[in-house]
Amino acid sequence: MSVTVYVPRDASAVSVGADEVASAIAREAARRGESIRLRRNGSRGLAWLEPLVEVETPQGRLAYGPVATADVPALFDAGFLSGAAHTLALGPVDAIPALRRQQRVTAARLGQDEGDNLAAYVATGGYAGLRRALAMSPVDVVAEVTGSGLRGRGGAAFPTGIKWKTCAEAAGTQKYIVANADEGDSGTFADRLLMEGDPYSLIEGMTIAAYAVGASRGYIYLRIEYPHAQQMLLSALAHARAAGWLGPSIGGTDFGFELEVRMAAGAYVCGEETALLESLEGKRGQVRFKPPLPAHVGLFGKPTVVNNVVTLATVPWILANGATAYRELGTGNSRGTALLQLAGNIRHGGLYEVPFGMSLRELLYDIGGGTLSGRPIRAVQIGGPLGAYLAEKHFDTALDYESLAANGGLLGHGGIVVFDDSVDMAEQARFAMEFCAAESCGKCTPCRIGSVRGMEVIDRLRAGDVAQETLLRDLCDTLLNGSLCALGGMTPYPVLSALDHFPDDFRRTETSR
Amino acid sequence: MSPETLPLHAPLPPLGESQRATVDAAIAAHQSCEGPLLPILHAVQEALGYVPPACLPRIAHALNLSRAEVHGVVSFYHHFRSTPPGRQVLALCRAEACQSVGARALETHIRSRWGIDFGETSADGAVTLEAVYCLGNCACGPSAFIDGKLVGRLTPERIDALLASRERP
Ligand SMILES: Cc1cc2nc3c(=O)[nH]c(=O)nc-3n(C[C@H](O)[C@H](O)[C@H](O)COP(=O)(O)O)c2cc1C
Ligand code: SF4
Ligand code: FES
Repeated sequence: MSVTVYVPRDASAVSVGADEVASAIAREAARRGESIRLRRNGSRGLAWLEPLVEVETPQGRLAYGPVATADVPALFDAGFLSGAAHTLALGPVDAIPALRRQQRVTAARLGQDEGDNLAAYVATGGYAGLRRALAMSPVDVVAEVTGSGLRGRGGAAFPTGIKWKTCAEAAGTQKYIVANADEGDSGTFADRLLMEGDPYSLIEGMTIAAYAVGASRGYIYLRIEYPHAQQMLLSALAHARAAGWLGPSIGGTDFGFELEVRMAAGAYVCGEETALLESLEGKRGQVRFKPPLPAHVGLFGKPTVVNNVVTLATVPWILANGATAYRELGTGNSRGTALLQLAGNIRHGGLYEVPFGMSLRELLYDIGGGTLSGRPIRAVQIGGPLGAYLAEKHFDTALDYESLAANGGLLGHGGIVVFDDSVDMAEQARFAMEFCAAESCGKCTPCRIGSVRGMEVIDRLRAGDVAQETLLRDLCDTLLNGSLCALGGMTPYPVLSALDHFPDDFRRTETSR
Repeated sequence: MSPETLPLHAPLPPLGESQRATVDAAIAAHQSCEGPLLPILHAVQEALGYVPPACLPRIAHALNLSRAEVHGVVSFYHHFRSTPPGRQVLALCRAEACQSVGARALETHIRSRWGIDFGETSADGAVTLEAVYCLGNCACGPSAFIDGKLVGRLTPERIDALLASRERP
């Protein structure tokens, strides 16, 4: 009887040797005359355990990790194919505490199977949402999404139902759905994990969106840094098309939808929705003035919905399980679940899907296990390169939109980056300015020039010229108020929060460093 | 030389026969799609390793754009190169999550070991160093692409070993 062994094919697992581990397992099995079936699943998001190998046994799927190529012979010797004990054994995968503590809705299928296995997707409830949507009127589908309380997960947290309604009511026969798969924030990888581990949820979500607003074409604007996701999406799109889930008459109706993947070219600002549309049109990714909103005048001048990958991938669940089920999760105006991504100097980095409202401290220590280096946590940046740095005194903040905003922070795309006490916060503030200078689209002077001046001012401040602090604050004020988009407008957040919460780092003289 | 440093009056290095065929194939493959410029540039860079400045007039002509417009697009995006890279490309993540686990030390190591800064190729043509900001591998950092292959949990030793193992004699 052949034993099924799972070795993830997700980019992170591969980056730490999953392909080599998979070959080693295949070789060792052949050498020993053991019959195995090797399957390359997506990642469960437990990054610190990658490569996380699972074996199908009568007791369920048992996990071993992190597995290195050199561990493979010993695993066979110990009898891991029948689930035997070993120092790398983690027990039943579903019982791993970091998974058990989560409430998986959007990420429920992650790691279970090969991402592009359409039969497995359908067998686990896939396309139930689209089926139900097609039996409803487009207006009712929009109402369902509005009723769920779903807010965009790309950063701005705008209510998804309202965005769809605007586009649905816009005049025009040709409309577009665009998935924002640019995921440029440091510390974020939820979009990637979903596209690699459960690409059909995005495809189905876009199809539902298209039906709801009356769009006939869609694009997934994917960052060039995600070649694994690209391969998975292309494979999934081909399967979906072959099965009639994409194309001229979906589910036997006269509703048709075509979907394509387009690769970006390495510009952070192209994650901003209007810059993204310019880029899709083949132009420089410069931010457009709003209004008009993309929902009225979007891609090629046509009404367009731009939504983040997580937002769209959540829609099938909402349609399948109903708006109320989703709404009941979460807290206040933050409904549903948050896909938090714990990264940087943290022991248990990875993806955690939990209802909104968990405290930062619980996430960092109970789930995250403190720093990887074993030193104290000093600063945490939430919400990407434009997010504020928080200090110890903020760790009891709840992780939802409102509570973070009250502490001068923002959740953004849910990326949480941890730094230990070896960090120099003045250096981090300078980097924020450097990043803004490197990534500015160039349209507004405060962002384009101010960021370069910002680096110089911070350099002088760090060299001991304390008077520069006033200038730095003035400059941040100009960026905050004089920028067209959040790139220039929010770069002051990391800079000022570093200055406010870690002032000593800016007042050391060169000699005391 | 990057396009920014090319004197405007300098004649472009001419496009070779096979390069021209590659560019024409890229144009033919994507010309009819909506917003064809980026797909064409990607196809050219994938085949040639860079986007030769001499191919811009051809692309501009095919898409009914000015050469300046196409140049504006190529130079806007960090991904496109206007000069051929070294034999290997090390694209190192410089973003915050990787910084917090030692990316800055890796930068220092590469600067001194290979004598190059970001955007430069080592004198022997072996390695081009590029900066990238986040590869989505933030919980397994520090990260880089080495010749398009994503690698995580990097140390200076691991970078040296990976570069050495891939350098053909
Ligand atoms: C500089 C900048 C970068 C952004 N990057 C991203 C990104 O990488 N992914 C994303 O989904 N949204 C990004 N956004 C937000 C988008 O503009 C937009 O709000 C979002 O894609 C809408 O989708 P949602 O409503 O589903 O969140 C960015 C915004 C700005 C200002
Ligand atoms: S703030 Fe910066 S990135 Fe945003 S529109 Fe202005 S120049 Fe462009
Ligand atoms: S910050 Fe380096 S991979 Fe994300």
